[in-house]
Amino acid sequence: MTTMSSIMTVVRNASAPVRMHDRIGSWIAPAIMLAVLLAAPAVLSDFRIALLGKFLTFAMLAVSLNLIWGYAGMLSLGHGVFFGLGGYAMAMFLKLESAGGKLPDFMFWSGLTELPFFWAPFKYAWFAIPMTFVVPAVLAGALGYLVFRSRITGVYFALITQALALIVSILFIGQQAYTGGTNGITNYTTIFGYPLNAPSMQLILYYASVAALVAAYLLCWWLISSRLGRLLVAMRDDENRVRFSGYDPAVLKTLVFSLSAGIAGVAGALFTPQVGIISPTMMGIVPSIEIAIWVAVGGRGVLLGAVIGAVVVNGAKSGLSESFPAVWQYFLGLLFIGAVLLFPSGIMGLLRGEGWQRPWWLSREQVRGAISRLIPGATR
Amino acid sequence: MSVTGLTKLPVLMRFALIGVAAVLMPLMLAACGSEPPPAPAATAAPAAASEPASAPAAPESDTIKVGILHSLSGTMSISETAVHDAELLAIEEINASGGVMGKQLEVVIEDGASDWPTFAEKARKLLQEDEVSVVFGGWTSASRKAMLPVFEANNGLLFYPVQYEGLETSPNIFYTGATTNQQIVPAIEYLLEEGKTKFYLLGSDYVFPRTSNLIINKQLTAAGLEAVGEEYTPLGHTEYSTVITKIKAADPDVVFNTLNGDSNVAFFKQLKDAGITAEDLPTISVSVAEEEITGIGAENIAGHLVAWNYFQTTDTPENVKFVSAFKSKYGEDRVTDDPIEAGYFGVYLWKAAVEKAGSTEVAAVKEAAKGIQFAAPGGMVTIHNENQHVSKTVRIGTVRDDGQIDEIWNSGSPVVPDPYLDSYEWAAGLRELAQ
Repeated sequence: MTTMSSIMTVVRNASAPVRMHDRIGSWIAPAIMLAVLLAAPAVLSDFRIALLGKFLTFAMLAVSLNLIWGYAGMLSLGHGVFFGLGGYAMAMFLKLESAGGKLPDFMFWSGLTELPFFWAPFKYAWFAIPMTFVVPAVLAGALGYLVFRSRITGVYFALITQALALIVSILFIGQQAYTGGTNGITNYTTIFGYPLNAPSMQLILYYASVAALVAAYLLCWWLISSRLGRLLVAMRDDENRVRFSGYDPAVLKTLVFSLSAGIAGVAGALFTPQVGIISPTMMGIVPSIEIAIWVAVGGRGVLLGAVIGAVVVNGAKSGLSESFPAVWQYFLGLLFIGAVLLFPSGIMGLLRGEGWQRPWWLSREQVRGAISRLIPGATR
Repeated sequence: MSVTGLTKLPVLMRFALIGVAAVLMPLMLAACGSEPPPAPAATAAPAAASEPASAPAAPESDTIKVGILHSLSGTMSISETAVHDAELLAIEEINASGGVMGKQLEVVIEDGASDWPTFAEKARKLLQEDEVSVVFGGWTSASRKAMLPVFEANNGLLFYPVQYEGLETSPNIFYTGATTNQQIVPAIEYLLEEGKTKFYLLGSDYVFPRTSNLIINKQLTAAGLEAVGEEYTPLGHTEYSTVITKIKAADPDVVFNTLNGDSNVAFFKQLKDAGITAEDLPTISVSVAEEEITGIGAENIAGHLVAWNYFQTTDTPENVKFVSAFKSKYGEDRVTDDPIEAGYFGVYLWKAAVEKAGSTEVAAVKEAAKGIQFAAPGGMVTIHNENQHVSKTVRIGTVRDDGQIDEIWNSGSPVVPDPYLDSYEWAAGLRELAQ
């Protein structure tokens, strides 16, 4: 009886700040976004659609990180690795298809004479495509179990995942014969026999990305609305209470970390054919930190926030670098600083009216004055 | 605190607003840097919209759009910015002297950001959105390999200005840097003639050094020799004491250095600190030019050998003009070097081909480019009929105390490019393997 009520307390406390039952936030806004995404090919050029398709794979990646960071409080600074592993699994399939039974070019110039055994099964789509989920999920599961069993949490978990990013990217750069080294794997021409660069194929891949994003979103939504989701939030807020209530946090965390890595891997698998290259730069430390920035800008702990953050930040990155090729990084830096200083709960937090922070150099009256000049009657 | 106006909107509207804004904002941002949707007519793209000042667009385009795509940020920007500068210089000179076919060149600059997928994205943007006639860009082989499928799929034209590992001929790329038989192979031949027999191969761990050493090993085997050591370090590696100990133990006559980037700074400093001078153990480098020497410090590398097709000291009237134009535009302290020169003359080769073709259409330009010549700062260059590389003179020099390079040997006449080394018996089979 006491156990039961303590769980209920944990669950109640935990669910309050997340506002999972905010119906409008949880389905109307996503539905509008989905409609916009589905309609986008009608108004945008092929190039912009390809770009948006790439952003959507990033959005999916951000959703996977938000699941474990925003809800379960595990900041992974190695999510680029899982994305990259999925991307590489797909690239191996595409490369073997394009090589047409011959040795991929980078193997030859690295001195290999025959296909390594672990490459061979990747020529079959039925093997390669599931592997884009399985490989990252298994790696995360193994790492996660060891880490969580030892009750490593918080910043130490972040550091370990960051080390993972460093190790894997060095491994992939060093093993050029098997991974393509710094160049990565590129120059694939067809997918299932169809030319990869044809606008129709790019459109199919775009819709595939939309579909995968929706699927990942719904999966995560279902998960966090379920009992497991409440337990995740409870673990984030007080892991010991969950443990004392009879649950094993290590198993739960491993499960969700592994699932998150698998989703990231599928996102990577969709990234590769749309961009035409996967390289170890995607798996380094910097991209993994960037993913956390997307989530932070969008709004941690709100699923839609991750999608918005990824699309907005990457859109800004592309747009700014096209408009100001020499100095675009300063603008991006300002955006991040602004996000931290002015709206620490991200864009979603800002829109919900929470988390807007008055800049320390302005008085309350100055802020009010500025806003009422912009939007008359907005302030009481 | 809840002072924001947004909180006063009905919740539903707030979310609707953000949903739409999140998708549209990046696209609008992107759009402000590029032109409105391109006109269907391929040749008559509307005139620039990048600056509102040039707004009144003529129905017939009076400019030709060209793209420059180098890393202006990130680890490669230190090298690539100078090539970008040289290409801009050439474009300005061409515009000042009347443009190409009477049309001014309009440059669209993109930043590859030292990131290979970004190179692919920006190449696609230049070809599909801006519809540029040609792109000058790339440095690392990785960036070229990332851009290659984009140029082939969109039938674009890329002028790639850096020496590389060969074994590639894309129908959509012109290679204005050296291939292996214009740099590495003659450098080994030179060293063999000098009586060197014990070669130590040191390189960064990526495709250029790996492939170069594959070729060098074949070449040495043909000469009845074998490398006394072969060592790779990751890009950006800066700890060379172990490597130097290994080199000492192997006791070579010469170190063939294919290290790239920052690693050279560490390697040459630590070599000097270990008390090894160029007289004790000469090295020959193929990725260290005047620009890199500035970073290494001339005192650390003076006396060592380098192999290129151009030095700032190369004695031609064209070079005197080029060096003074480059310095007067970018500053007296700037230096020129091989990739800078190759970036510069690449623009002129393209101009000559376009004027001969009377069109910027890719197939016509490629056809017209066959055999086109240009008196480049480093001597006469000629585009090869089939492989789209250029003939250029090979030069070997020693680094002086002031960071400039004294030429000690050259090939006498331009060497015809042979990316698959078909004309070398010992290289038989490379073409089959690479294709």
